[in-house]
Amino acid sequence: MEFDTILQVLDMSVRYSIPLLLACLAGLFSERAGIFDIGLEGKMLASAFAAGAAAYVTGSAVIGLLAGIFASIVLSAIHGVASITFKGNQLISGVAINFLASGMTALIGQNWFRQGGQTPALSGSARFNDITLPFAELLKDVPIFGKIYYELISGHNILVYIAFLIVPLTWWILFRTRFGLRLRAVGENPAAVDTSGISVIKQRYAAVAICGLLCGIAGAYLSTGIGAGFIKEMSAGKGFIALAALIFAKWRPVPALWACLLFGFLAAVETRFQSIEVPGIGTIPPQLMLALPYIFTVIILAGFIGKAIPPKAGGEPYTKE
Amino acid sequence: MTKLPAWIDILLIPFINLIIALFLSALVVLYIGENPLDALSIMIKGAIGSSYGWGYTLYYATNFIFTGLAVSVAFHARMFNIGGEGQAMLGGLGVALVCLMVPWPHWIVALPVAVIGGALFGAAWAAIPAYLQAKRGSHIVITTIMFNFMASALLVYLLVNVLKVPGSMAPETARFAEGARLPTGHDMLGWVGIKFSKSPPVNISFFVALASCFAIWFLIWRTKLGYEIRAFGHSESAAKYAGISPVKIIMIAVLISGALSGLMGINSVMGESERLVLDSVQGAGFIGIAVALMGRSHPFGVFLAAILFGILYQGGAELAMWTKIPRELIVVIQALVILLTGALDNMIRMPIERLYFKMVRAGA
Repeated sequence: MEFDTILQVLDMSVRYSIPLLLACLAGLFSERAGIFDIGLEGKMLASAFAAGAAAYVTGSAVIGLLAGIFASIVLSAIHGVASITFKGNQLISGVAINFLASGMTALIGQNWFRQGGQTPALSGSARFNDITLPFAELLKDVPIFGKIYYELISGHNILVYIAFLIVPLTWWILFRTRFGLRLRAVGENPAAVDTSGISVIKQRYAAVAICGLLCGIAGAYLSTGIGAGFIKEMSAGKGFIALAALIFAKWRPVPALWACLLFGFLAAVETRFQSIEVPGIGTIPPQLMLALPYIFTVIILAGFIGKAIPPKAGGEPYTKE
Repeated sequence: MTKLPAWIDILLIPFINLIIALFLSALVVLYIGENPLDALSIMIKGAIGSSYGWGYTLYYATNFIFTGLAVSVAFHARMFNIGGEGQAMLGGLGVALVCLMVPWPHWIVALPVAVIGGALFGAAWAAIPAYLQAKRGSHIVITTIMFNFMASALLVYLLVNVLKVPGSMAPETARFAEGARLPTGHDMLGWVGIKFSKSPPVNISFFVALASCFAIWFLIWRTKLGYEIRAFGHSESAAKYAGISPVKIIMIAVLISGALSGLMGINSVMGESERLVLDSVQGAGFIGIAVALMGRSHPFGVFLAAILFGILYQGGAELAMWTKIPRELIVVIQALVILLTGALDNMIRMPIERLYFKMVRAGA
């Protein structure tokens, strides 16, 4: 295979992995605090719509991003009220949020723009455009490294770089700050946290809010970064792949990056080649490539290759004794 | 004096939840610029105002009874099987294979075999998540979500590469033989001399669904196994202490759940499309969650909730036809029902409890 083709596929892998990464880190904050979230998908979708619509109306991608984050946080708040305040079932709340996002975006989208639920196409400053990093043009012709720098590392939009920066930031917050310690503690042993005089409820709301923020960025990336406008159901299961990546990474930020890059790579290979000829085995159909993230996750969950153990208090509403 | 009377628990609270869900949806309709009362009347008229409407309403309800029962049975063992969608896809595949494999002489012979095929394939698709939950503690919600996506990938692969009619472009199987055609509402009512619209797809599967309701009621409340399932759902540790095997209960409950989802195939694949198409389930697996929650996991409640959602689906289609309200309104209503009856249940329940006990004390 040619070097250029490999670079293209890797470049595409990065682009595909970003929404997964952001949603995965979102889920990480929430689940580490003991709040299961299968509503990542819905939050991403709502944000994608809000970002696309606001960017179209104002012509500003940044305002779009803020609108997306707002929409996502509203859904997070619903999830928080249901699962923290009213001690409801977190999984059922997540299912409801996915449907709410799916229905409302289509409904409002049709009502506002009358294009079958889409927003009009975005261009110019209404999108996060690709940035050329310094010296990229200059180094373009340097063999191997110059090309890698130009094709793979340079030439993404700002949200891509932000997403990569959030990985070490997440690690730092969770493992090096008092806030992070408390956040992990309410996910493992909320009663102990409560005894030490810290509010479990506040801590969990904070985690759910951060989850909303990150899903908001993920959604905005879909409609104003990689895409040029909102399309109905454009999250297309990415929230669930992010959830799979989270389990694959065993709820840790740096492995989450690798998991999302891997799943992004699988998607890129599927898009680029359709079906792959493997010598001795035969053709791998594209459907199998698409199903691989899910198959991997089930294998990991089954504990045959290292066990994925979720935060201990995950899914349990906290009731004061 | 710590428990609410049954009528409040199973009738009043779901009713209030439904009213709130409809009220919130009415606000959405108002925002879109339509009159919610007119919309409601179009929906009701479209869903139950004619034999045509009834035919569709009951067709949808048949799907929802199967998937609603499926979620309910798992709920009794405190398992959340969110994989109804995938299990129904595979059930449809099982039904289609049965119908295609043999040139059936008459539906009376074909139907029982198709029932077995659908149930077997649906249960098989639930078997791995069930086993992993029972034996290895892998969370069944996550595994069944993953299996939903795998099911749709598998189905695309099979329809495109294996089952497609040679030379045809459409990813669907050949049409089933005439002998596998199930009697429709028009046919059945024709036997007793009643006129019924010819076009809607409601068929004899509706009665299979009713029989399933009864069978599940009998299983859960009248057999030892059902008792064990409920005991396990109430308290795993107490059930273990009483000698009930968690592995056995989880396996059985989830397999029955998968089989019920799979049975949906006789209605949608054998009864309606008469061939296997790509999107034969159309979200019915997820609607089963709303139906089970609303019906409080009781077969009779599931039946009523399924009819209600059948009305919403058929009514929603009419609404999209006659007004500028898109079909997705029903997805919003469905989301609100799940949210209110499932996740926000305490929000409604706690004030009602307080009010009720206050009134009791005042009365006493």
